[in-house]
Amino acid sequence: MATKRKPRLAVWKFASCDGCQLSLLDCEHELLAVTGQVEIAYFLEASRAVMEGPYDVSLVEGSITTPGDAERIREIREASKFLVAIGACATAGGIQALRNFADVKEFAAAVYARPEVIDTLKRSSPIAEHVFVDFELRGCPISKHQLLEVVGAYLTGRKPNIPTHSVCMECKMRGTPCVMVAAGIACLGPVTQAGCGALCPAYGRGCYACFGPMETPNTTALAAWWRDELGVEPIDIKRALRTYNAGSESFRKESEAYEYADH
Amino acid sequence: MLATAIHERQPAVARTFATNGCVPYRCRVTERHQENDDTFTVELEPAGARSHAAFAAGQFNMLYVFGLGEIPISISGDPAQPDRLVHTTRAVGTVTRAMATLRRGDMIGVRGPFGSSWPLDDLKGKDIVLVGGGIGLAPLRPALYQLVAQRGDYGRVVLLYGARTPEDMLFRAELERWRSRFDLEIFVTVDRATGDWHGNVGLVTALIPRAPFEPQNAVALICGPEVMMRYAVQALHKRGVGPQQTYLSLERNMKCGTAMCGHCQYGPHFVCRDGPVFRMDQVQRFFGKWEV
Amino acid sequence: MADYEQLDTPSVVLRADLQRLFDSLHARGYETIAPRVENGAIIYDEVTSVDALPAGWTDEQEGGFYRLEGRDDGALFGYTVGPQSWKRYLSPPIRRLWQARKNGDGFEIVHEDAPTPHYALIGVRACELHAIHHLDDVYLGGSTIDADYQQRREAAFIVAVNCGKAGNTCFCASLGTGPAVGPGYDLALTELVTEREHAFVVTVGSERGADVLADVPHRPAAPGEIDLAEAIVAEAARHMGRTLETTGLKELLYRSFEHPHWDEVAERCLTCGNCTMVCPTCFCFTVEDTTDLTGQSAERWRRADSCFTTAFTFITSGSQRASAKARYRQWLTHKLATWQDQFDSLGCVGCGRCITWCPVGIDLTAEVAALRAEEIGQPQPEAVLEMA
Repeated sequence: MATKRKPRLAVWKFASCDGCQLSLLDCEHELLAVTGQVEIAYFLEASRAVMEGPYDVSLVEGSITTPGDAERIREIREASKFLVAIGACATAGGIQALRNFADVKEFAAAVYARPEVIDTLKRSSPIAEHVFVDFELRGCPISKHQLLEVVGAYLTGRKPNIPTHSVCMECKMRGTPCVMVAAGIACLGPVTQAGCGALCPAYGRGCYACFGPMETPNTTALAAWWRDELGVEPIDIKRALRTYNAGSESFRKESEAYEYADH
Repeated sequence: MLATAIHERQPAVARTFATNGCVPYRCRVTERHQENDDTFTVELEPAGARSHAAFAAGQFNMLYVFGLGEIPISISGDPAQPDRLVHTTRAVGTVTRAMATLRRGDMIGVRGPFGSSWPLDDLKGKDIVLVGGGIGLAPLRPALYQLVAQRGDYGRVVLLYGARTPEDMLFRAELERWRSRFDLEIFVTVDRATGDWHGNVGLVTALIPRAPFEPQNAVALICGPEVMMRYAVQALHKRGVGPQQTYLSLERNMKCGTAMCGHCQYGPHFVCRDGPVFRMDQVQRFFGKWEV
Repeated sequence: MADYEQLDTPSVVLRADLQRLFDSLHARGYETIAPRVENGAIIYDEVTSVDALPAGWTDEQEGGFYRLEGRDDGALFGYTVGPQSWKRYLSPPIRRLWQARKNGDGFEIVHEDAPTPHYALIGVRACELHAIHHLDDVYLGGSTIDADYQQRREAAFIVAVNCGKAGNTCFCASLGTGPAVGPGYDLALTELVTEREHAFVVTVGSERGADVLADVPHRPAAPGEIDLAEAIVAEAARHMGRTLETTGLKELLYRSFEHPHWDEVAERCLTCGNCTMVCPTCFCFTVEDTTDLTGQSAERWRRADSCFTTAFTFITSGSQRASAKARYRQWLTHKLATWQDQFDSLGCVGCGRCITWCPVGIDLTAEVAALRAEEIGQPQPEAVLEMA
């Protein structure tokens, strides 16, 4: 059998904390299996060795926050056959998308001694706002199991088994009693996409929506229940929706309904 | 009935399909050819000692491509030749696209046959009107084979078939052969004429008003896109072919094939078991409604 | 099997001797699954000691609300049903169906013969026993059966418990599925907590039930004890927090396909799937095909699924129930109407889990009542034939 060239994999970073790349490094012995199947051509977090494109698979971490980013992501897209946006930054703009709700110039002036040298965009935006994305892998950080699933699916040419339903489905399969119903804890699980294995509720905490909105999120009904039945203050509803996935369409819209809560 | 204790049930081993109903048996591809740009036909023979189970026209199998997944595909071959398992499908998803690249000798998994069939044995003496749209001709072909083989048992046999273009038509050589027989009425139409097409242009449902059959004594078998089937049902009804004389083949999401996984429910019906072939009056309450 | 009820008079087992029941089951190779408290709720888990049962606990339930509270009589079964059901043990939510490996000129399927777990399910309520029979109908009632379910089911020893308390979201009395346990158990208990004694009136439902009871100290129940046990259950029947009118239910739902009320529910429904996951009769599952990174081995997994996901009805032309309205309608219509045509019974056993564990308290009994009240009536089986 003729030896086939191994697919080349590249990992790219934009505005992000590197946590998702760490999920890849965290694969440990599975990573060896990955490197058995793909050639890691560009992954600065793991190795300084850099191979020229084109790349078969590009994993893109981080959001677009500068004019330079916007340029660079187009180059990466051109050099990549299959591009996967990984993590909340790359799929929703990340925590830094909080700037989208405010005046970034004001922030710069407050933080930097010489704000005029800061060249930044008004908004932090997901990769898909700039280039075509073949697959979006959610999470803050991503789940290593889901990452391996996507890479494995790509290598065999199948559709990855990444459900888009709610966290509740995973929570119930795990056998955890609902923290909202049994303890009155505000939980975003019903409007959040599965993928984490319903980690927080298993430890008695409400879901923080690290994996972003589920396929058909009814944030309005959930927020109304929080407010009317659990007694959650409007400002806290707004804050809950404005974390890692604040920039996602449904969380942004719902949080704007509670915009008044600042004043 | 509700309280029937498990211990009172019959020993179920005999009823268990392929050990537990979810394990495919392995088959080899003996032939694969393109029918048109995106549609292809594969023939499968069992790998090893087992033979294919007999099937009835209109039934389907679950076909598994190693590692990629499993999908329901209707059987398009001759029920009189169960040894030659034939499937015709379009390459539209991951699994079917992979199937389109299969070569002779390649292996796939098969579970089935599943579901209901065109009830041809009950229709002897009737005029049979087959109405097919696009890929919908595939599950009708086994019925045609059977009708042709038992031609003397039926009244008129009429096939109305519509495709997007002449190039999209399935089984063209066979259609030509059947067309040349005096005891079959084959009418084809295309949405859009190309090349040297001089035949009908328009919807297949437009062929119904002037098709040669006796409405009181006719039974229609319909398979195609749901919208096409809706209009076909109406056109047939206008000619006096009522719901009890009309059969159609429905498509829903099927995962288990054994009425357990719940995905294919259509009102009270499990399409994988009670269908895919339904008599119109069985599904009339829902047919044509959205999001059933 | 049900004959035992008729033949034997009930026995009484003292609270102090109940551990012997667990011990006998263990000695016979059963893993004892019973209620216990975890994370503020009563769940079903392995419990080897009577002392680990939720003694002195009860529950308060409402739409989207569940709280444990203490009760001072030390009752072991003084609560109603929690978020889990026994389907977890009879049909696990996630399981591998088979593995396949590539070989020289194709692939081979690797059969797995995992040993069947032998569970003793202790504390099965009347509604839950009905729910298990519904799962039997689905997984064992057709021409193809679920062999894994069959093995678990046949191995399972059922200790049923009559309800001495009805919950606020309970409505089994409306459906005839409780609170008194019906046939299908091996042993059935009714807990008596009086000033004189803490004991269980035990009814034998099968030969193996009789064998197990023989290992546990017991005496014939006195007529007063039998009367008291019946009175307790009758009292529970009078305190159902919910009711569901079943007259004409199927026809009502069939007629209501285009009822505007579904839009109203859809505004509240989160499509999160919780109702289907807690429902003891919801049986749907999906299958997933996976591969390892080398592509040399493949697996098929079975996972609990829900008609509230968009993937549930996905075909080439897209999801067939894209709207929340259609998904809620499907679920409710299946439970209360189409199930009747499929299995000759209601798909609902009145346990109230879907009400309690809906994060926003959607109440199927209220939705049905609203459909009845607002009915606009549009029977139109001929509709499709009249289209222009």
